[in-house]
Amino acid sequence: MTTGTIHNKDKFLRKIADQLGRKRRTEKVELPKWSKLPQYEVFDGLSKDELLDQFVLQCENIHTNVVVTTQAELKEMFPKIINDLGGKSIVHWKDPRFDEYGLREALENQKKSGVSVHEWNKDLGKRNIEKAEQANIGITFSDVTLAESGTCVLHSDNGKGRSVSLLPEKYLAIIPKSTLVPRMTQATDKIHEIAQKNGRMPSCINFISGPSNSADIELRLVVGVHGPVKATYIVIDDK
Amino acid sequence: MGVKIGEGKFFERVDKGINDKFMRKAVKEAQTRLEGRKTQTTEEMGNWEDWRDLSEEIRQHTLENLDYYLDQFVENVAKQGGHVFFAEDAAEANEYITSVVKKKEAKNIIKSKSMVTEEISMNEALEELGCNVVESDLGEWILQLDDHDPPSHIVVPALHKNKEQIRDTFRDKRKYDKSSDPNELAQFAREQLRKDFLSAEVGITGCNFAVAESGTVSLVTNEGNARMATTLPKTQITVMGMERIVPTWKELDILVSMLCRSAVGQKLTSYITGLTATKEEGDVDGPEEFHVVIVDNGRSKILGTQFQSALQCIRCAACINVCPVYRHVGGHSYGSIYPGPIGAVLTPLLEGYDDHKELPYASTLCAACTDACPVKIPLHELLVEHRRVIVEQSGKSSFGEKLAMKGYAYAASNPSVYKIGSSSAPSFIGHVAKGEDGHGKGPGPVKLWTDIRDLPEPTGDTFRKWYVNREKGGGKS
Ligand code: SF4
Repeated sequence: MTTGTIHNKDKFLRKIADQLGRKRRTEKVELPKWSKLPQYEVFDGLSKDELLDQFVLQCENIHTNVVVTTQAELKEMFPKIINDLGGKSIVHWKDPRFDEYGLREALENQKKSGVSVHEWNKDLGKRNIEKAEQANIGITFSDVTLAESGTCVLHSDNGKGRSVSLLPEKYLAIIPKSTLVPRMTQATDKIHEIAQKNGRMPSCINFISGPSNSADIELRLVVGVHGPVKATYIVIDDK
Repeated sequence: MGVKIGEGKFFERVDKGINDKFMRKAVKEAQTRLEGRKTQTTEEMGNWEDWRDLSEEIRQHTLENLDYYLDQFVENVAKQGGHVFFAEDAAEANEYITSVVKKKEAKNIIKSKSMVTEEISMNEALEELGCNVVESDLGEWILQLDDHDPPSHIVVPALHKNKEQIRDTFRDKRKYDKSSDPNELAQFAREQLRKDFLSAEVGITGCNFAVAESGTVSLVTNEGNARMATTLPKTQITVMGMERIVPTWKELDILVSMLCRSAVGQKLTSYITGLTATKEEGDVDGPEEFHVVIVDNGRSKILGTQFQSALQCIRCAACINVCPVYRHVGGHSYGSIYPGPIGAVLTPLLEGYDDHKELPYASTLCAACTDACPVKIPLHELLVEHRRVIVEQSGKSSFGEKLAMKGYAYAASNPSVYKIGSSSAPSFIGHVAKGEDGHGKGPGPVKLWTDIRDLPEPTGDTFRKWYVNREKGGGKS
């Protein structure tokens, strides 16, 4: 990877230091010990099942349907859900978890029944975006799932295009129950670890909580603006 | 657009605001609803004050070490292939942004909501180049279509417009032929803007918080437009105020949580997006080129002064949503893209007192803003401090007023006296309001405020008590 450029840094930062009445700080600054850490109290000690209850409750607030199912039942549920969402066309991540949770076959069956199914394929370049733009349903897995806010956290990579959860009219997230954590804190703690290891960050990390919406007109809630107009979550009781 | 908006003198704008019945009703309802939602989501947390303490500590620590964290942030951006430009002022920022756009030979630019780009008049600079700049946030798009009507609220920019007005704008500008139902209006925006997203060569965004440890830019949104603007165009330019930074993802968690709850009463908005430099090799979507422009534009001169805490602001608008003055005069009266209490504090700091010296008086010092602020900026104390500076600088005011100011500043900055201080405030306001300064006339601003009849009579109550009573119909004005 080529390194980017930085313009005017020293002058700019010197001015800040001057204003603050001291020399530039270049030695590592340690974070202070914060006096309070209320974020760790949220849903502290809850079991996965209890977290799931909280998650389902919150999804009502964010206009999102949740289906809780077992891996065994999933095969049966999946076509019903796709049908409810209007079928037609699907775009989904290239993600080994589709095989792991037995969804590969379910997707093949969709194809056979006439639904167009496109798996994100980096070799096809822009074609993926066109497919996503025309698709009725976009399907991704959730990498981390937040009980408090009803959120799926998605890390981008080659097979996990940003467009899949954005451009289709409807968004379907597959959520292994094992990915549930109390709140954003646990997800950001993990991302913090990635950053500390000094590796390349995923270029895009999305915290998605339900469908797109707006209250810009008279503060009246409109569900469905530029992103998906509808969101559905399938939670798989995997562990 | 610049920080300053609208023409006319302060009190002419206020007059216009006061007489705009629709606007006042809209603002009143919006405030009630936004504040209600915020209260609900913060109360259910149980320990809201702990969250506020932590947030304040984070913001203070970051500002005190701002050079360090900015350095860390930009090195991480560059390490991962992004470009950084530090801009002293609007001109430098626009010069860099237009140079990038020129190099890309870009014509179509899609924007997501960003106050700082308004502040530096970036759209105008790009339009001069011949670019087609499209605002994609629904509220901003409405204002842009309506011949660049200025925003009246930092979170809900078109708050002052009703759905019929919006329908008419869509009809006149885009041949819209459906109803004024917000669902239909939003659906129309979705259809219209899709092609703009798909055809844009450059996407421009603001930045809610940059994360120093990873070189990440985060965006807190609901509509999905900011995701579009950072997924589809080949080039992304993010413009951020220099104070918009957190040390690590752990602090990002806290401030994002506070922002969502305080701004719209949501636990998290629909999309919190963390973007780090360009897309990775082999990624299909996301920008190939990533630029971040860090803007000073008057901010650094606030550092190290008694007003430093104003830079803690996370632009949630909670202070605006509880402000009784904003409720009555609306956003445009402030003559700044930053209205309400934070606007009254920030605007004179960024732009000087000359055009904005009335703003610190556009407050009743009831302290509702200070209580609402998630990062504990002592807003009403900063307003008093502004008044003190103005009085000192102008030297025109009477000795009595100077004394009263000093006494008030002392009380306001000293928590233990503050409770007593606030109940003595009405008598002070009454004193100047009634023109008892020996000349038969109070200082202009305060006198006019009483004309609006929104100032409390000196009942000995705090303003807040009076205001609550009045809203219940128990007040006497
Ligand atoms: S001053 Fe405080 S309450 Fe007002 S917008 Fe800024 S952070 Fe929010």
